[in-house]
This record gives sequence, structure tokens and C-alpha cells, in this order.
Amino acid sequence: MYVAVKGGEQAIARSLELLAQAQRGDTAVPELELAQIREQLRLGVARVMQEGSLYDENLSALAIRQAAGDMLEAIFLLRAYRTTLPRFGYTLPLNTAAMRVRRRVSGTFKDIPGGQVLGPTYDYTQRLLDFEHAPVASVTPADAPLPPDMPRVLDLLDAEALIERIEPGSDPEPVDLTREPLTFPADRATRLQNLSRGDEGFLLSMAYSTQRGYAESHPFAGEIRMGEVDVRVCPEELGFAIEIGSIVLTECQMINQFHGGNGVPPQFTRGYGLSMGEGERKAMSMALVDRALRCDELAEPDDAPAQDQEFVLSHSDNVEASGFVQHLKLPHYVDFQAELSLLRTLAAQHATPSPVQQGRESFEVPTA
Amino acid sequence: MTYNFAFLDEDTKRMLRRALLKAVAIPGYQVPFGSREMPLPYGWGTGGIQVTAALLGPDDVLKVIDQGADDTTNAVNIRRFFSRVAAVATTEHTAEATLIQTRHRIPETSLREDQILVFQVPEPEPLRTLEPREAETRTLHALADYGLMHVKLYEDIAQYGHIATSYDYPVLVDGRFLTSPSPIPKFDNPKLDRSPALMLFGAGREKRLYAIPPYTHVESLAFDDHPFEIQRWEHQCELCGSGESYLDEVIVDDRGTRMFVCSDTDFCSGRRAEAQA
Repeated sequence: MYVAVKGGEQAIARSLELLAQAQRGDTAVPELELAQIREQLRLGVARVMQEGSLYDENLSALAIRQAAGDMLEAIFLLRAYRTTLPRFGYTLPLNTAAMRVRRRVSGTFKDIPGGQVLGPTYDYTQRLLDFEHAPVASVTPADAPLPPDMPRVLDLLDAEALIERIEPGSDPEPVDLTREPLTFPADRATRLQNLSRGDEGFLLSMAYSTQRGYAESHPFAGEIRMGEVDVRVCPEELGFAIEIGSIVLTECQMINQFHGGNGVPPQFTRGYGLSMGEGERKAMSMALVDRALRCDELAEPDDAPAQDQEFVLSHSDNVEASGFVQHLKLPHYVDFQAELSLLRTLAAQHATPSPVQQGRESFEVPTA
Repeated sequence: MTYNFAFLDEDTKRMLRRALLKAVAIPGYQVPFGSREMPLPYGWGTGGIQVTAALLGPDDVLKVIDQGADDTTNAVNIRRFFSRVAAVATTEHTAEATLIQTRHRIPETSLREDQILVFQVPEPEPLRTLEPREAETRTLHALADYGLMHVKLYEDIAQYGHIATSYDYPVLVDGRFLTSPSPIPKFDNPKLDRSPALMLFGAGREKRLYAIPPYTHVESLAFDDHPFEIQRWEHQCELCGSGESYLDEVIVDDRGTRMFVCSDTDFCSGRRAEAQA
């Protein structure tokens, strides 16, 4: 005898217990401490901060542990916490030219004022699994300290008027996308905000597509820099700016060929990417996609997926995407029942075709 | 750390209520709003939850259903969420609720003027499957240009002899806006028309709210020679014997034997209690 499905409440309670157990794993193994995650999984911590839009290494580490290392779940946890925080002010624009650089490379000039600085990078590690896992050797001190002031490479081109100039004040005041809905067409400041919260994998694929002929933008990595930047706010009651701390950022400025159009002379154009912590792949991808999305402004053909702002911006957020894809596992009994009954009707008709289907004889103009 | 009553801060609730007032003022129009990130996943009712949170007061009695049932896991989880962050009274009885949040059904029991029905909406734009671009669909709504939808329904008839939409069946609200009733079966569409209860729709991921105010005319699209029809069953509910409710089909053994039962669990158990009394 069928009994109407009951027990959802109890099932959820049991599932939470099982989850807690699975998350902890073998209790004979010591539990991960947040400091271990923060210090030893720093790139994961950075990604969760970036896509979770909240710069807090400890909360990010907590989210990663709670999510058992599932980065998208950790990002979701951080976002759901962030949404409850009051907005008591906005920072002044960050000055990345004054970054205390730990890494800085340019693909466009062999040498640049301040020099090329590799810093801590996986780029030249040869990717051999480290079975021995030797303890960390001490770091050889640099021959000379890095100069405190490293001009941005693109500013050097700017002096020669070879690269498009961003006029101060030409940038519209950005809306807060976590408070205002995204509307189309979106201006560049809004697009960049969306991209910076966007999924790294999605942006990587979109960026990759622009290198394979879908919106070819002939990019050069003008400069990638990573390091600490001071954060300043200007409280109304003070009337002057104060420094409230510093954060680690990765910035990428792409240089892209442009043959002129829409009243703009032939010159190099810019694509911009910025990421919290060490997030070079994300920043580079973002810069390529940013440039592709500028097609309208520069009167370029706009037939590639990466140039379609509704397509890119509507699908970049992994919290939205993950929720909606996975909502399919929720019950859909009612709709499925509706489809079953429709399909049975259509199948019955298929067996004995009506005149409408045979010859389309009743081809009438609808009246409504 | 404690959360504000019903989770959202009061400023956010105010923003939501203002958007809801606008929605009520323009029946069927999709109002963009500053949808917040909620601690439940997108696609799982974040829009409905925000609307409910903006409306709940300490004296409200909340009912949450999914697929017509109070005990489906997602309904349980949303009810648990509000008991946790708002500590309001909850009920499984349609008649006792002041606020009902629903996914995919309208209760069989008729609603009253002092009740509000909140729908969870995955895709607020009825034209989305025909035109993916938001900029374009907004223009079509502005011009009340719904030819695309009429052609789609007409092509269904030409191809299959029927309109092949069985749920999320498009409606025209107050003779003006083409509107998605959310993925309710078209069986429920007639309940939208001139309903005494206020009907509010929340789409969190898509950041849109809309409303069907009480006693608003809601018309399911159709043609003169192909009038709108709802689903009918040859069966009756095997638990309560109802012949007029929406039925779920349940597979009860390995040989695929089916039984049909009410999807609205409160309606069904109420009828059984009555029969026993």
C-alpha cells in the first residue's frame, strides 16, 4: 500500500549528520587548522576570496574547510555571508602604480624600468611531482632591493600616444552589482565588476576562444603585476582619506592591436583584468574577455560568443550557474506529470494521424 | 552572531517592498530589483524566499509547498529556514496560512483575500526560450508585441494538432503583459484569474519581481478554434477519491504498476479526515 511520501524533515537531519561525518573524514587524522589552509593553500584561498567578493583570508580558509575543498561551494558560503554585511562605505580607487610589487612581468619589452621580476611563480617548475617533498630551503636574498616605484609599462606607451588614453573622469561611477540588478547594455565598469566576480574556468574558456579565431584581438601581455596595494577610504566625518590596510592583488593590462574605426585612430587598445591575491590566470583571462566585450565601442564585428555581453555576463557567475544547473535535482513531479500526459496524447495521435497532421489541410490564419 | 528577523536587513526589505508595490501597480510587469545573495542556492527559491522575508511579520502563519506537498525536501528546508531566522508559526493547512510560498502548484483549496501566495520563479521571461536577449524581450514587452508567442503556439497546433505546452503556460495579465505563471501545470492557470488572494512572483537569479493583484483578469493564451484546456485524468485519487484535483502518478512496484494520488497533500488529507468523521 502506498503511503504519501513523508519524512523530508527527518531525511534532511540524517543527511546533515552524514555530511558532517564525511566532511571530517578519518578522525585518526588531525583536523585541518585554518592557518594551515591559509598558509599552505593560499591560491585556493585567493580564488575563493576573489569569486566570493570578500577579502578575508581566514573566512575563506574556513569556507574551504567547511566545503571539503569544493571551491564553488566555498565561494557560495562566502557570498552568503557577505550578503549580510552592512555597507558602511566605499574605498577610494586603488592606485596599483604604487603597488609593492612581488612579481611583475611584461611580454612586450625585454627590459623595463624596475626590471622583470618573476617572484613566486609555478611558471618554470617543470611540474614534476615532488615525491621527496624536501623542507623549504631558505630564500637567497635579492642582490638589490626592488625599487619602491615601478611605473606601469602601459604608462610608458601612453607618453608616446601609441595606446588609447583613458581620460580621468571618463569612467562612469560603477554600480554595486550585489545591490543593483545587471541591465543591458552594461557599461565597461559594470562589465568589469561582473567579470571580476566571474568563474575563473568560464573566463578562461571564453578568453581562450578569442585566441582561436572567435573575436581575435591580437593581444600582448603588456604587464602583469602582483603585490600589495594600500586601501584607503575617505570617511565623511573626517573629510580626508585614511589608509585602512593593504591587500594583495594581481593586475593584468593587455595591449591589443587596433587598426582604427568609429572615429578612433589606429592605436593600441587596452584590456584590463584584476584579481584578489595571486590570481594570474583569472586576471589574464578577464583582460582578454574585457577587450573582446569592447567590440561595439570600437566598431568591430561582433559575431563571437566572447563579444556577446548578454551571453558572457549572464553566464559568468558560478554561484548562479551552479544553483540553477543543480536545481534540476529538485522534485519536478508535477511538471513531469503534465509532460507525460501531453506526450501520451501526442503518441496516441501519432498512431492515428488526424487530417491536420496528414495534409495540413486546415491551414487557417489564427484569430487571436 | 544573530541575523535580523527573517534574515534580510530592514533596508533590503524596504527595497523589496518598494519593488513589490511597483509590481502590484503594473500587473504582470517584470520589475528589476536588487536581488540579494541568499544562503540557499539560486534556482532553489531565492526569489520567493526574498519576497516572503520582505512580507513576513511576527503574526504571520507560513505554509511552504513544493509540487503541492508540504513535506518535499526543499519545502521542508525553506520552512526550516524561516522557523530558524523568523520563528514564525508554520502550518500545513492552506486555510490557516496567511502567507503561502509555493513551487510549481497553486493549492486546490480556494484562497481568500487575506492570504498571499508567493511563487518561486526560475525564468520570469515568458519569451526567453523564443528570444534569449534581454534587451530584445524588454522592447517586445514595451510594444506589447507578442506575435512570437502566438506563432509558437500556432506552430504547435500545425505540427501536433495541440498546443504542446503543459506547464508554465503563458498568460496575459490584465490584457497587457505576457507573463509566466511560473512552472505550474496549466491545470492551475484558471486559479490565477480573478483570484481573491494577492499573487507575488520572485525570481532571485534573474533579479525580477512581478505580481497579479487580487481580482485581476488573467487569460491563458489560446485561439478561437483551439480554446484553452486543462489536463484531465481518467483516474481519481486513490487515497481520497477526488476527481477534480491535480494527480501525481506514482510507480508502486517493479512491474511498473501505477497509482494516482493528489499532488496537494493538505487537500488530500483534509478530504480523508472528512470522510472518516
